[in-house]
Formats: sequence, C-alpha cells, structure tokens
Amino acid sequence: MITVDHISKRYGPVEALKDVSISVPRGELFGLIGPDGAGKTTLFRMVVTLLLADSGTITFDGHDVVSDYRHVRRNVGYMPGTFSLYQDLSVRENLEFFASVFQTTVKKNYDLIADIYGMLEPFADRRAGALSGGMKQKLALCCALIHKPLVLVLDEPTTGVDAVSRREFWEMLKKLKAQGITILVSTPYMDEAALCDRIGLLQDGKLLRSGSPQDITANFDRPLYAAICKEPYPLLLALRKLPELDSVFPFGTALHITAKEQLDLPALHKELARQGFSDVELQPIEPGVEDLFMHLMQ
Amino acid sequence: MRTVLVLLRKEFLQIFRNKAMLPIIFVAPLAQLLILVHAADFEVRNVRLLVSDMDRSTASRALAERFNASDRFHVSFTAQGFDAGMHALDAGATDALLRIPVHFEQDLGRKGSAPLMLDLNGVDGQYASLVLLYSRQIIANEQVHVIQRMHGSANVPRPPVEVIPRYWYNLRMNYKNLMVPGLLVVLVTLVGMFLSSMNIVREKEIGTIEQINVAPIKKWQFILGKLLPFWFISLFLLAAGLVLGKLIFDIPIEGSVPLLFAFAAVYLWVMLGLGLFISTVSDTQQQSMFLSWFFLVIFILLSGLFTPIDNMPHWAQVITWFNPVSYFVDVVRLVLLKGSSFTDIAGHFAAIAAFAVAVNAGAVLNYRKRA
Repeated sequence: MITVDHISKRYGPVEALKDVSISVPRGELFGLIGPDGAGKTTLFRMVVTLLLADSGTITFDGHDVVSDYRHVRRNVGYMPGTFSLYQDLSVRENLEFFASVFQTTVKKNYDLIADIYGMLEPFADRRAGALSGGMKQKLALCCALIHKPLVLVLDEPTTGVDAVSRREFWEMLKKLKAQGITILVSTPYMDEAALCDRIGLLQDGKLLRSGSPQDITANFDRPLYAAICKEPYPLLLALRKLPELDSVFPFGTALHITAKEQLDLPALHKELARQGFSDVELQPIEPGVEDLFMHLMQ
Repeated sequence: MRTVLVLLRKEFLQIFRNKAMLPIIFVAPLAQLLILVHAADFEVRNVRLLVSDMDRSTASRALAERFNASDRFHVSFTAQGFDAGMHALDAGATDALLRIPVHFEQDLGRKGSAPLMLDLNGVDGQYASLVLLYSRQIIANEQVHVIQRMHGSANVPRPPVEVIPRYWYNLRMNYKNLMVPGLLVVLVTLVGMFLSSMNIVREKEIGTIEQINVAPIKKWQFILGKLLPFWFISLFLLAAGLVLGKLIFDIPIEGSVPLLFAFAAVYLWVMLGLGLFISTVSDTQQQSMFLSWFFLVIFILLSGLFTPIDNMPHWAQVITWFNPVSYFVDVVRLVLLKGSSFTDIAGHFAAIAAFAVAVNAGAVLNYRKRA
C-alpha cells in the first residue's frame, strides 16, 4: 500500500532522514517508533504530500506521491501531531467542514465513524476548544476518517492523552484495521509498539530495525535480567561498574540488565551483598521492544 | 465553487463567533472615523498671543484689539517689555509674542511704515506657519484702517495686485471634507490588510493548515475562501463610513457612489493580496502584525492623507507612485469632492488594477501547499 524507498531529507546541516525504506502492505497497522526528533513527522509529511524528499521515492496505492499527489490527497486521512481542529467551531461543524472539503457528507460515511462519533454525539454542539484532550483526539480521528480514506496517517495521536483514552484509541485503531483501512501511526511510547502488526524503529533519521514486534524482540540475542531493590539508583551505579554486564537501564521501578553472557545469579547476589545491596531481587526476563531499542541506541 | 462556498461559510461562522474580534472589526473603525476627523483638524484656534506694547498708542491698541476680535486669538498683554515676553514664550505660557516697539504710531504716520516683530513657537512648524498666516491677514486689514484714518478713505491706495482666493470643490476649506474621505480609505485598508494577513497565519498557528493542505482543495479555492470574507466586510465598512460621514459631517458626495465602490472593489484586492503575501512569509500572528504595521505606516504617511504629496521631496513622491493607498485617497477625494467621472480616474484604475494582479500573483506563487 505504501512503499518508502531510500528516502533522505536534510534540513541544513541536520540529516532528518537517512536512506529510510519501509513497506506497508494493505490493511496493516504499522507503527513508527522513535524518540522526539527521530524523523517520524518528517517521514509522514512526505507520505501525505506536504514535504518533498531530497532523494528516494514514496508510492501510495501504486501512485508516486510527488507526481500523483492528487490521488494521495483524495485517499489519505491525516492527523497531524497537534490535533488540528477549529477550536471555535462546534464538534458537528468541524466534522461537517472536513467532510465537505473532501467532497463528501457526514451521512454518507457515518457507518465508518459511528463507533467513535457515538461517544462525541452528546457534545455535538460544544465548541471543539472546550473538549477534553481525549475527546479532541476522537474528534480529530473522526475528521480524518470522514472521507473514507484508504490509508490513515496518524502522527503521535496519543501524545498528551491520558492512559484510559490511549487504550481506547488503540481499540479504535484495531476496529478500523478490521474494516480494511491501512494505518500508519507514530508514537514515542514503546509500550504501544506491541499493539502494531509491524513496527519500524527510527532513531536520528535512521531506521534501526523493522518487522513484527515479536521478530524484533526475538532479535535480542543477549540475556536480559530485571533487578528490583529499594534504592535503585545506587544499585544502578554499582551494576554499571561490573565488567560482565553490557548495559543497565532504569525501567520504571526496576532495572533492566543486559549481560554479555548468561549470568551466575547466586554469584552476582553475593557480590552485591558484599557491596551492601542485600535486598536485591534478580530474575531473567523476556525482552520487550524498549529493551531492544535501548540496546540498539548504544 | 462549492468548495469555496464551504470555506466561506466556515470563515463567516468563525468571524461572527469571535466575540473579541467582532467589535474590533465593525465598531472600532467607525469609532476611529468619528474621533480622528476631529484630531486631524488642521484649523488653528485659540492661539495664545502675548502682546508686548511699548508704544501704547491708539494705533498699537487698535492693532491688538483686532487680534482680540478674531476668534483665532486669545490676546493678553504684558507691560514688562520684550524680555518678559520671551520668557513667557520659553515657559510655554504663550504660543506667540507680538512686539510693538515705541514710536510705532509715529513712524507709521511720518514714514508710512513701521516695523513689528512676531515671535512664534516653531516646535510645530505647521502650526507656526498657520499662526503667521492668520497674523499677516489681521495686520494687513489693520493697515488699511490706519491709512483710512490718517488720509481719509478716498485716499486709500489700491494695492497693485490683489488676489481673491476661491477654494474650488471645498469652498469653505472645510478640513472635515478632506479628512473624512481619507479616513474612510484608512479604515477600509486597515481591516482588509490586517485581518486577511492574520487569518491565514492563524490556521498555521493552530495547525489546521496541514489538514487543509492535505485535502483536495485547490490553491485558488482556499485563497478565495480566505480573502472574500474580508473583501465583503471592507466594502460594508466603506458603505457604513460613507453613511456616517454624510449624516454626521455632511460631507459632499458630488460624484458617483457606484464608481467609488468599483474602485474600492479593485483596490481591496491589492490590500488583501498584500495581507495574503504577509501571511505566506509569517509563521505567527505577531510576525504578520508587525509586517502589516510596517507597510501600513509607510503607506498611510505617504498617502497624501495628512500631508500633501506635492510638498514631499521628489524621491518620496516617487515612492508614492507605488503606494496603493495614495491612489485611493486621491480617488475618494476626486469622486466625492470634485465629482470626477470614470474617464478622469481611468489612470488610477489602471494603476491599481496592475497592482492587484502583481501582488496577488506574487502571493499565490509564494503560497505553497508543499514544502
């Protein structure tokens, strides 16, 4: 559905994208994962015909996005990073406006947004500016969907939204995917990676890995352990001094430890107790996307 | 066309819903018209004139009395000599000092001439020259009377050349007749340029322009949808201002009102196009405000509204050839005061139409949906 082929883009001295290639088949939910400034927005803006690449090509539904931008604009639903709604128009007016600029009506494609819009309907006459963050996000999604696009491009849709709304949002994406819409989504949250069919890890404009979350974590060939104790920070400093460990990162309340090879846990316990860390719990764990990301970033 | 209508509907919804901007758009310009007309009144009244009369003769007193009789001067006297008079001028206690030396009457009778001295506060040059002009008229009148008194009225020599002025198209030199039409131009220009430039930038600021750019809307549709509302509003304001001007200031409307509106319709595309151009080069409303302000100050000061273009140095006059506001100020006065017809202002029309095409072409080319 979307093929990104050796795309590069420079802003002055900054290389925003370096030779990125991605292929997203029809009906897939593809997640672009990466920290702020990785180049996610740049890539998405190229896909939706707002930005020209320095080199490389992008095809959208078999059409080149540069020469055949009209086809893209008719068939893409784009939700930019900041929810772009008219704050002074009501929920209904926003939706109707976006429907009519795409030469359609709310009625015609109502079935597509019925689920999401159903939650907004009680507030149909409220100004968009007076909605909560989660509501705004739902309205923005409705506006991007109202012309029944082949592809949805969502730039960090869950940034700045509460945890419950985030979960709801991913549920909605799953339903849309079931209706055959190809979805391209970016997020800085690693935990959302597991919800995608396939992901691409982007860092400093370079695509580090791409594949299904399982394939990507299966790639992680180092033994991984979690350490829990009352005072993680002194422990982190102590662990980083040990030569047999590759890396130690804080992960919520725990520390994730990547070792060069399988660790002798009782020996490590003993060593830590000798340094005064008596309450440390150590256990082997399965790697997640974030573990791999931290590993690749080094 | 349907797309343009959709955009127009949305713009008007937003304009009429903006409780902060609505009064600024509709009330402020008309209030400005009512206030500024008085502020820009160039007639000088109530000049404080201090007379230092060292002669204390019939002639000197008669002269001072003549100043006093004029409604332009408030006369007060000092008996302490010229130095005290100058101190009063320095201290700002008076606007002008008339020095009448001793032997004024004597010299006038014997030699037929006598010197007078008028000290003026030259800080405001325009003010000072008007005061001088009025003073000369009063003194010249008094001169005739003095000669009559001394030699009898039959012996008053006629001046060799006498100029009798007649101010055509503005018989009483009423400044309001000059200012109201000019201010109409200013308020129409302000609304057209400021609002159009800020409006598109606002879409950039809130990010909605991204979605519009992705939508299958053509450039001209978007721009038309953005500019037309302010075109309508500006023309409406021109009509409202004209009605107010007629009702309150009784300005003359000699020429054809449809002709004036036809010119305004073309002229507005120049200012709207400039607003559009500014919005394409600005990223925030502040930037666009400052840019608009920069252009407007130059345009208005070089428009001939407050100071006649003929009085400007040649290089400044050249600049006014490229100032759309000066054409409109000219046309408004020509049509309203002089009753000029289309053929009289055809040159203005051609120039402003050329500006409209050039400015809009530049703005449209500069506006890109894709970076």
